[in-house]
Amino acid sequence: MTAAVETGLTTTIHGDRVSLLRVLGPAHVWALGVGIVLVGEFTGWNFAADKGGALAALIVCWIVGLLYTSVAMIDSEVTSTVAAAGGQYAQAKHIVGPLMAFNVALFLVFAYTMLEVSDAILLGDTIVAKAGVEGLTHNSFIAATIVVLAWLNYRGVLMTLNVNFVITAIAYVSIVILFFSVSPWTQGAVLKLNELVTPGNALPYGWIGVIAAFQFGIWYYLGIEGTTQAAEEVRSPARSLPYGTMAGMITLLIAAAMTWYVCASLMPWEYLGITYYPLWDAGKLTGSPLLENLLFIATLLAALASANGCINDAARAWFSLGRDRYLPSWFSAVHPKYRTPYRSILFLLPIALAFAFIADLNQAITFSILSGVLQYTFMSINIMMFRKKWPLGSIRRGYTHPFHPLPAIVLFCLCMVTFFAIFLGFGSQLIAMTVFYFLISLWFHFYRYKFVRRGDQFSMPWPKPQGY
Amino acid sequence: MARYNPPEQSKAGQVFDIAVVVVAIFVALWLPLKLGLAGAAKSIDPLDAKTWDALGQNATMASIWEKLGYTPETAHDIIQNRFHYIIDWPTLIIMAIVLIAYFVFLFRASDKEYREVINEKFDDK
Repeated sequence: MTAAVETGLTTTIHGDRVSLLRVLGPAHVWALGVGIVLVGEFTGWNFAADKGGALAALIVCWIVGLLYTSVAMIDSEVTSTVAAAGGQYAQAKHIVGPLMAFNVALFLVFAYTMLEVSDAILLGDTIVAKAGVEGLTHNSFIAATIVVLAWLNYRGVLMTLNVNFVITAIAYVSIVILFFSVSPWTQGAVLKLNELVTPGNALPYGWIGVIAAFQFGIWYYLGIEGTTQAAEEVRSPARSLPYGTMAGMITLLIAAAMTWYVCASLMPWEYLGITYYPLWDAGKLTGSPLLENLLFIATLLAALASANGCINDAARAWFSLGRDRYLPSWFSAVHPKYRTPYRSILFLLPIALAFAFIADLNQAITFSILSGVLQYTFMSINIMMFRKKWPLGSIRRGYTHPFHPLPAIVLFCLCMVTFFAIFLGFGSQLIAMTVFYFLISLWFHFYRYKFVRRGDQFSMPWPKPQGY
Repeated sequence: MARYNPPEQSKAGQVFDIAVVVVAIFVALWLPLKLGLAGAAKSIDPLDAKTWDALGQNATMASIWEKLGYTPETAHDIIQNRFHYIIDWPTLIIMAIVLIAYFVFLFRASDKEYREVINEKFDDK
């Protein structure tokens, strides 16, 4: 997704055709996915404890991990075959149709923009909390974060992304250091899980709380599917995408389990469920200034890395909509010098700023999660249609995921549970967002679609799909 | 099938479409916030006796709260602020209908458009 900025988007500049370079390997794919997602360990997942208790947060960590494993399996097959920039957007164009592609791009834009908003709020609040100065607000830090990162993306982000990989690694290592510093094999010295998660409070709302917790369980992994955005830039999609994505999932599962174990063993679930920085708080509660400062810095770095990747991905999806004329083609301009989708970056900047100032953290996260779950629902149906329209053997697949259709069914069922979970506490937001997507779809289908070139929407060298 | 040539959109038309999209985004995302419809549906179950014991906190929990700078009085509104998971069936049914209608429209309308794409793509050859 990200190297596209420097390597150039497929467009014509001064008569030269600029195309994407195949320079990425599995490690880059891993870094792309984990870089955006890791901030979820630093904030957001813990709201699952608020909705269902500490044990519910652990249960959904694993069950939602299964959801994302299904996402990764499905994505790896489709993307290694539809090796086009845009990830799920390109998949939808080739398998379902333009309107679905339009919606999927919007899901991507909103999931990533609201994730960026969440990152900026987290960063601002963390700095304000650390400063402890009376009257200091997070607004200036939020604005500076969003504007500076947008500017970096405007200028080209290859260097920024290299830095991104490093700071993501530092943030990840900080979780590992915290885990081993608190003697995880010994209870009672630092960690007190048995005294904090008791039979009486493990599931304070019962099993309905576990279902409700699915909503924020998504936050452990939201964004890992962004690895597919790099499909045109990896040297070997068939090898790099499955390996990179699955390695990213394994990494995140390990980080999520360590994070839960340490945090649930250090603070009561009522506090864990409302704090904006559970890992930093965990660092504080160990009593070690070194760990406290390490986790403070890691929280900032994780937020920065994630926000940077989100600006990049959201702008790319918006750019794609302009390039295919799903939105005014004005958005499809590439900067003549920096080769970035600069108009899309600038367009999304005030939207991110506005919501960073009017939404609070869990509202912004919910907006992001909603768009993510709508996208996963599409993916579960998309893979069924893909296998039906081009059965195995009819086209060359880079990777064929096993156990089909089980992952698709699991994914679909877990999405339905998550919709119900969002309904439990955030139902009005869900309805408002769905109504928005419905109305904007009507606008596209009955008005905007007339500007779209029909045949150009299918660019893969495949035979005609079965049934058409 | 004859190749479809879309009309060129004027600059004014593009600006208008951008405005429509911006308004739609803000209405969808901002309005629920403005109307107080977004965010967690929680409420505080107040307690008369504000002690760690009454708040259901054992000695370990109480010591952590205190380490975090809380007293039973200041922690009361956090601990007692709870979700009340009562399923509002009419709202749930409305949500299900909206979601199903959205996806049904999405797949049916997409399929109609997709057939045009496939016809033009493959009939050209």
